[in-house]
Amino acid sequence: MSSSRYFRAEIRENRPLNGNHNLLTLANLDPMREPQPGQFYMLQVSKGSDPLLKRAFSLFRRTPEGIQILYRIKGKGTSILRDMKEGAALDLLGPLGNGYPMPSDDQSPLVIAGGIGIASVFSLVEKLSKKAFVFYGARLEEELFMTDELGKIYKELVVCTDDGSCGVRGTVVDVLHDFVKNRDGIQRPVIYACGPHVMLAAIAKAAEAYSIKAYASLEEHMACGVGACLGCAVKTTSGYKRVCKEGPVFDSQEIVWQP
Amino acid sequence: MAAMKLEVHIGKLKLKNPVMTASGTFGYGEEYSEFVDLNRLGAVVVKGLSLEPKQGNPPPRVVETASGMLNAIGLQNIGIERFISEKMPFLRRYDTAVIVNFFGDSVDEYAAAAERLSGVDGIHGLEMNISCPNKQEGWCIFGTDPKVTARVVGEVRKRTSLPLIVKLSPNVTDISLMARAAEDAGADAVSLINTLTGMAIDIRTKKPRLANRTGGLSGPAVKPVAIRMVYEVFRAVKVPIIGMGGIMSGDDAVEFLLAGASAVAVGTANFVDPGATTAILDGIIDYMEKEGTGEIGSLTGTAHAG
Ligand SMILES: Cc1cc2nc3c(=O)[nH]c(=O)nc-3n(C[C@H](O)[C@H](O)[C@H](O)COP(=O)(O)OP(=O)(O)OC[C@H]3O[C@@H](n4cnc5c(N)ncnc54)[C@H](O)[C@@H]3O)c2cc1C
Ligand SMILES: Cc1cc2nc3c(=O)[nH]c(=O)nc-3n(C[C@H](O)[C@H](O)[C@H](O)COP(=O)(O)O)c2cc1C
Ligand code: FES
Repeated sequence: MSSSRYFRAEIRENRPLNGNHNLLTLANLDPMREPQPGQFYMLQVSKGSDPLLKRAFSLFRRTPEGIQILYRIKGKGTSILRDMKEGAALDLLGPLGNGYPMPSDDQSPLVIAGGIGIASVFSLVEKLSKKAFVFYGARLEEELFMTDELGKIYKELVVCTDDGSCGVRGTVVDVLHDFVKNRDGIQRPVIYACGPHVMLAAIAKAAEAYSIKAYASLEEHMACGVGACLGCAVKTTSGYKRVCKEGPVFDSQEIVWQP
Repeated sequence: MAAMKLEVHIGKLKLKNPVMTASGTFGYGEEYSEFVDLNRLGAVVVKGLSLEPKQGNPPPRVVETASGMLNAIGLQNIGIERFISEKMPFLRRYDTAVIVNFFGDSVDEYAAAAERLSGVDGIHGLEMNISCPNKQEGWCIFGTDPKVTARVVGEVRKRTSLPLIVKLSPNVTDISLMARAAEDAGADAVSLINTLTGMAIDIRTKKPRLANRTGGLSGPAVKPVAIRMVYEVFRAVKVPIIGMGGIMSGDDAVEFLLAGASAVAVGTANFVDPGATTAILDGIIDYMEKEGTGEIGSLTGTAHAG
């Protein structure tokens, strides 16, 4: 039985962006379900049993012929993915989880990305069509991606790097503090964030202090991706929840942030 | 060729074919229903349940290892009452046997859980997971001492007339002793193997990868161990055996049947291919066609001949 959330796609392009990040363009070969910003896919990168499990990647962008994924080459699975060529076919499960709840017309979306976290929020910025204030941080200039494309779709963009090699020197959390303190004109801000755990925890804390609603997209190790194995648990104020099913996007105040 | 017979019997429970799901890898059935026609399965075995809901372990709970994975879910579950009220209505819609996997912290809890599950409309069988610690008696695992196994199975047997499968732990010196203890205490079948206790350490952080430190190994990596254990248990007991551990294909499943299993369960493979269960069933049917096997039962234990 072929289902629209388990489908095959063909690699159209697997383009290196720098030494350890690639942009993967896939064309679906089977009918596929329409994804929402913030949802993710599980990709099978091997035919054999090692590596065995699928790898989770956010929807980076919906394209007319399929989807794109922006990935960091981290270990075994992503190294295999990097070496895959145009024309190769992959099995995908998705779109999975819940995407970002869209803001209402009178809210001002602040979209915050740390490093590869841009992969998850890019399509949200796109969908918000020039309404989003985007804060995008990375360690170094070489790790800031798609800033040209972002240029066409944001309302305002602040980039920052740890060493100041590009944009503001500092983190997106510093940028957020500055922004909230110096802009009283901003109507009902709401935060959308994806990035390293420490960054998300700091944003959650800031959001609480400023009484701003914040949504954070989390990562956890996964096996099934569909809510069956309970492997991807994250601690919340109402017990463990599954990142793949109740997440990956959570209200940041709901998460019990680990130090 | 005459119609192929795929039906198998587990005690008085009749399954339309030998392919079941392995507990804990298929949720409560619902999670995979968009990928698999549940009506095609021999049985759906649900995530292990206890009388009271359980929180489970802190993350990370799963890590991948060579051709396998370690899990330390910590038996998280919604509890028997919520399962009955929230999950059973869905499962009753299918023409597939529902087998409920359950566990307890003490002999009394096992017995009470079995009693509560018996008589619930739509539950066709019970699988008791004895790979859990006995809180009352020094936390030793129920399934590693044949005397304790006999006692807990015996108490459960008194409280249920449903077909009772005892799921054996492979973390023992001689699994056939445990199988015999379960059979003698009234089990209608045994299932094996549960996961093998293992560990993985991150050489960068120098710490165990799982928050729980140890976890249960499953997947293709464990298959040879599981095959050997099914083979041994087949020699030790008369009750049917449900074989599992690393089954990824129809051929893998056939290997279990030849070693002595009457039915098989598919676990980790569901994570690799959400349609694995029915693909494995198709693989078994292919094999039977090629070999001219008319009846699935004739494969069971064939590797012991001669
Ligand atoms: C919902 C979600 C969305 C994600 N989106 C993206 C994305 O858009 N781009 C991107 O580059 N990465 C993303 N990740 C992280 C990505 O899944 C991991 O980097 C990847 O699995 C690493 O695989 P590997 O085999 O190369 O690494 P290894 O370290 O060799 O992997 C070993 C095992 O750990 C798991 N694992 C390792 N790191 C992570 C992690 N951070 N999160 C979850 N599992 C992990 C792997 O899946 C694998 O099972 C996302 C993760 C989740 C959970
Ligand atoms: C994530 C996960 C959760 C599991 N949960 C249970 C459980 O609740 N009860 C149980 O008896 N076995 C549980 N098991 C064990 C499986 O049912 C099965 O015995 C084991 O994984 C071997 O089969 P496999 O290699 O096909 O996965 C679990 C296994 C995994 C991987
Ligand atoms: S990955 Fe299995 S429940 Fe989330």
